[in-house]
Amino acid sequence: MSHVLSFLTALPVAGAVLAGLAGARARMIALAVSLIALAGSVWIWFSVGTVGRMVFVERSVWVPDLGIEYHLGVDGLGAMMLVLAALVTVISLFASRSVLRQPGLYFGLVLLLEAGLFGTFTALNFFHWFLYWELSLIPAFFLIRLWGGPRRGPAATQFFVYTMVGSVALLLSFLALFVATGGMDFLALAQLASTGELHRLVEAHLGHLEMLLACGVLLGFAVKVPLMPFHTWLPETYAEAPTAITILLTGAMSKMGVYGLIRIALPIFGRELFALRGELLTLAVLTVVAGAWAAVVQKDLKRIFAYSSINHLGYCLLALFAVLLPTAGDPARTLSASAALDGAILQIFNHGLTAATIFWFLCMLEERSKGALLLDDFGGLRKKVPVFCGLMGIALFSSLGLPGLNGFVSEFLIFRGVFPLAWQAATVAVLGLLITAAVILTVLQRVFSGPLRDRWSAMPDLTLTERVAVAPALVLMLLLGLVPQILLGVINPTVLHLIDGWRF
Amino acid sequence: MTALQMATIASPDSASVAWIVRSLWLIPAVPMAAAGLIALLPQPRRRPAAMLAVGSLAVSFLLAVTAFAHVLLHWSSGAATRETVSVDWLSLGSSTLQMGWVLDPLAAIMLVMVTFVGSLIFIYSIGYMSHDENFTRFFCFLALFAGGMLGVLIANSLLLLFMCWEIVGLTSYLLIGFWYQKPSAAAAAKKAFLTTRVGDIFFLLGMVWLFAQTGTLLFYNHGAGAMEPAALAVLLSQHAAWGLSAAGAIGLLIFAGAAGKSGQLPLHVWLPDAMEGPTPVSALIHAATMVAAGVYLVARVYPLMSAGAGAGTTTVPLTVVAWIGATTALFGALVAVAQFDIKRILAYSTVSQLGYMMVGLATGGVAVGMFHLITHAFFKALLFLGAGSVIHGCHEEQDIRRMGGLRSDMPLTFATYTVGMLALSGFPILFSGFWSKDAIVGAAHHWPVSQGPFWMLLIGALLTAFYMMRQVGYVFLGRWRGHGHAHESAAVMTVPLAVLAFFAMALGLLGTPAWPWFTAFLESRPLAFDFAGFGEPGLLPLMAATSLLVLLALGVGWRLYVTKANDSDADPDVLQTASPTVFRWLESRLYFDELYGATFLRAYALCAAFAAWLDRRLWGGLVALVADGFQALGQWNKSVDGQWIDGGFDKGCEELTTAGGVLAWLQTGRAPGYLRTLALGLLLLLLGLMVVASTLGQVKL
Repeated sequence: MSHVLSFLTALPVAGAVLAGLAGARARMIALAVSLIALAGSVWIWFSVGTVGRMVFVERSVWVPDLGIEYHLGVDGLGAMMLVLAALVTVISLFASRSVLRQPGLYFGLVLLLEAGLFGTFTALNFFHWFLYWELSLIPAFFLIRLWGGPRRGPAATQFFVYTMVGSVALLLSFLALFVATGGMDFLALAQLASTGELHRLVEAHLGHLEMLLACGVLLGFAVKVPLMPFHTWLPETYAEAPTAITILLTGAMSKMGVYGLIRIALPIFGRELFALRGELLTLAVLTVVAGAWAAVVQKDLKRIFAYSSINHLGYCLLALFAVLLPTAGDPARTLSASAALDGAILQIFNHGLTAATIFWFLCMLEERSKGALLLDDFGGLRKKVPVFCGLMGIALFSSLGLPGLNGFVSEFLIFRGVFPLAWQAATVAVLGLLITAAVILTVLQRVFSGPLRDRWSAMPDLTLTERVAVAPALVLMLLLGLVPQILLGVINPTVLHLIDGWRF
Repeated sequence: MTALQMATIASPDSASVAWIVRSLWLIPAVPMAAAGLIALLPQPRRRPAAMLAVGSLAVSFLLAVTAFAHVLLHWSSGAATRETVSVDWLSLGSSTLQMGWVLDPLAAIMLVMVTFVGSLIFIYSIGYMSHDENFTRFFCFLALFAGGMLGVLIANSLLLLFMCWEIVGLTSYLLIGFWYQKPSAAAAAKKAFLTTRVGDIFFLLGMVWLFAQTGTLLFYNHGAGAMEPAALAVLLSQHAAWGLSAAGAIGLLIFAGAAGKSGQLPLHVWLPDAMEGPTPVSALIHAATMVAAGVYLVARVYPLMSAGAGAGTTTVPLTVVAWIGATTALFGALVAVAQFDIKRILAYSTVSQLGYMMVGLATGGVAVGMFHLITHAFFKALLFLGAGSVIHGCHEEQDIRRMGGLRSDMPLTFATYTVGMLALSGFPILFSGFWSKDAIVGAAHHWPVSQGPFWMLLIGALLTAFYMMRQVGYVFLGRWRGHGHAHESAAVMTVPLAVLAFFAMALGLLGTPAWPWFTAFLESRPLAFDFAGFGEPGLLPLMAATSLLVLLALGVGWRLYVTKANDSDADPDVLQTASPTVFRWLESRLYFDELYGATFLRAYALCAAFAAWLDRRLWGGLVALVADGFQALGQWNKSVDGQWIDGGFDKGCEELTTAGGVLAWLQTGRAPGYLRTLALGLLLLLLGLMVVASTLGQVKL
């Protein structure tokens, strides 16, 4: 019981070794392991319940002199991240059907990446949290570098260097915090921050550095999410990565940044970020609107959805920066802040599920089109592949934010929360909803409508296996759109608990 | 599991609520379930698909009639006629977000109308779509539409209403683009969705604002709802901007959503293009029901729109509604005069009539606007289905110049179409349109703010009768100018026409000044038959005047388009000969589409190009600059000690990849260069660690 989280993180590592040795049958092993991991994470999710605090806590002293403890735990947020990471890994593995070269290495790396994600979402001490954070980066680099598209080399490097710069900033900030406080435990630091003690300690030991430290941490997460203008690595990387890996990048890895903001940046550096609130909100609105607008002119389907991902995660950032306001004693403001945060956390899951499914469909389209994924390559496909069109349409409309599907609920809650807290930002950001709709309808129009191109006259529709495989994801979208309480029932108590501890 | 239970169990006081109120959700749920089932059917199963769709709507109709009877019974016994049921939907902070449904006269009468007209159009579609290869899918979308539309009607929560509203928008999109191989249909579908979404964006903002201020999105909730006095007082007391109260600002935002859905200026451009969809869709969605949802929305939030209005004064939102409605009414009627496509004439007529409804709501109250909504639903559905019958009979011809003389070939269609045309024109006494339109014109006449809308509606009424006479002249009278031979449609199509024609006449009886059943029912007031209703000052002269106007317009239309009917499809229109410039402007719909293309769409494209430029040049350029700087640093570093470290790392990597068997590939690529970069990054990290560790040593150890 008490080592559940360690065991969950170790499981994919063991799986990776097995898969690496298995050669041709690696995919089956990886799938089996990832399904077990998914079942485990879902079980953890249901066990978390509505307490809102950390559970499944594991804590043992590691390097006492350096304040390093092995400290794990999940609350509603962490448990949801585990489920999402496990789910997205399963989707990615399902989509990796056509990996022929070096399957052992490929599937081993995917499982290692999953382990890195699990570790990141459960670690509560900076030391091993950072190890996992970096560990997830390395398999991703090699997966892009070795199995990617024609320009994979520069893309992988850009991805690696970019995130590494963010990581270094993050690392330096935390080392400085350690110098000041003698500890690296997230919860302890958050506790210090909420009483103002952290501020005093930093001042005493390092001088007026707190803003610099906050910016360092922010940079680490801003690159990962990404927040404009720290996003330029993303379109290139998403486009050049093998599509099945793009599923992991957008579905799970980009969420590490949002998670980090909620778990680390806001609780520990809330006061400093509050001072930057105006600037951050401006950048978040820019991310939402310019991200959507940049998608309009893209020609490549993967790039379109890469920019669309920037746009969708922009809503999370908008919500997180909008809640950077003192709420104490004001019930209306507290309610708005919880709505925004509920929405942001729900959006993490919804976007992860939806974007992963969309890229999964792109994967299947790519297999059918022999690699062609340009908007101009297609037209009228609906005649040949009506089921494909209908099912992908559900995922696309979920991304568009159609009520009844999952995306709407989180976007509604975000706007519900942000509007009273920062109405100017909310008013400009709604533009993103309109542009995203235009982008997605254009994709539907250009790919599926109009006269059928001759070159696709033999394109096969989804097979029964494929239909059965995607069905659960689509059903989940519908379910979360109609009964969002499934997630919110656990998220909302966590949010209340989080907000209670924050002081800006 | 608790989460699920929490969301599905209805909240208390269910014991005291009648069965039909508790089960009201079934009315939208049944067609939605049918849509789901049809979607799972294998494609060519036509009969089960049609049966499921028609059957589900018939069930909804029976439930709607039961609900209607329930309200009627309560009304006659003097009991409260508004009952609600609320359900917890999700937990939010320390509160819960509730949704629910409401049964009141407004919802009841709309439910009956939509299920009844919908059923007739479903039946008609069996005939109209019989040759279509995607017959099954068509009924799936229709059933989903019906579910969404009925959901809009029963919603007691602005959020639930918005959700169903968007589902309705989705089905409208799917059905406009039903013949997806036609690029024009695909484009029209996209245009419809996006134009209405422009309105929906404002709607969403209004909704979150309302939610933030009142803490609820329920309309009625035993005094705690957003449309009830306590919440309205709060909204009125808050100042928003430009002298508007929060109530006024939210009202305007919600109206923007209604304007998008109901084709009001300046968001009307999608509705005429929506005629790309199959004709039953035009009848059901783009004439009778969905486009009226905007009017219904305004009626639903009427307490908010009218909050703060006293005797002889009105509110900012209602003033805006009146002016927008009147402008739209006049604009639609003007443009309809110069169209040649049989469905587009009707589409602009719909735009125009929706404007009338808006003016009715703004100047005369809920009952005035809603009465025209109901009568219009019947006669406009009739006209569209009649037009569909004509199009079918003329082998998919839609240009009225290539029709003519169809009265003898299609007598049933002709007879019913004439009824619809006279109802729309507002032909005195016998037709429902007369009573409902006259109530609006009368209300506009009594509007305290301005007489502008009144005069615009009068001119609109004149034009309406004229363009309908023109259309009937072109299509049914004169001589045949088309190709081939026209034929009458099958009974599955003509019987619904006859039923609708009956109601296009009879419904007027519900809203005469002597027996204003409709108003009394909606406002839950006692009702009595009394001819003194006609004695209201100014009423009879106004009726006489509008009757004369209509007769005059019909006469002129008859003279221009029947007496002097064209003999060939190449002959220009009489108005075209009379004033080519004016006609061209009207025919081109006053160039609204071109205007939007040159402004909004161009701005959109420019912004997109700018965003892409920003991305590639500015941000990308900055990154390149930084990267170049680091590279220079790296070169320098390399010349000092990089050789050793890089070489070691490369060697390590090579060994690793040899083991993996990808060495051959690595040598063709430029991998070592990137691995070197990787190594550099790790080196930097290590250096950082060392520096900090040594500082640590000084501080702590």
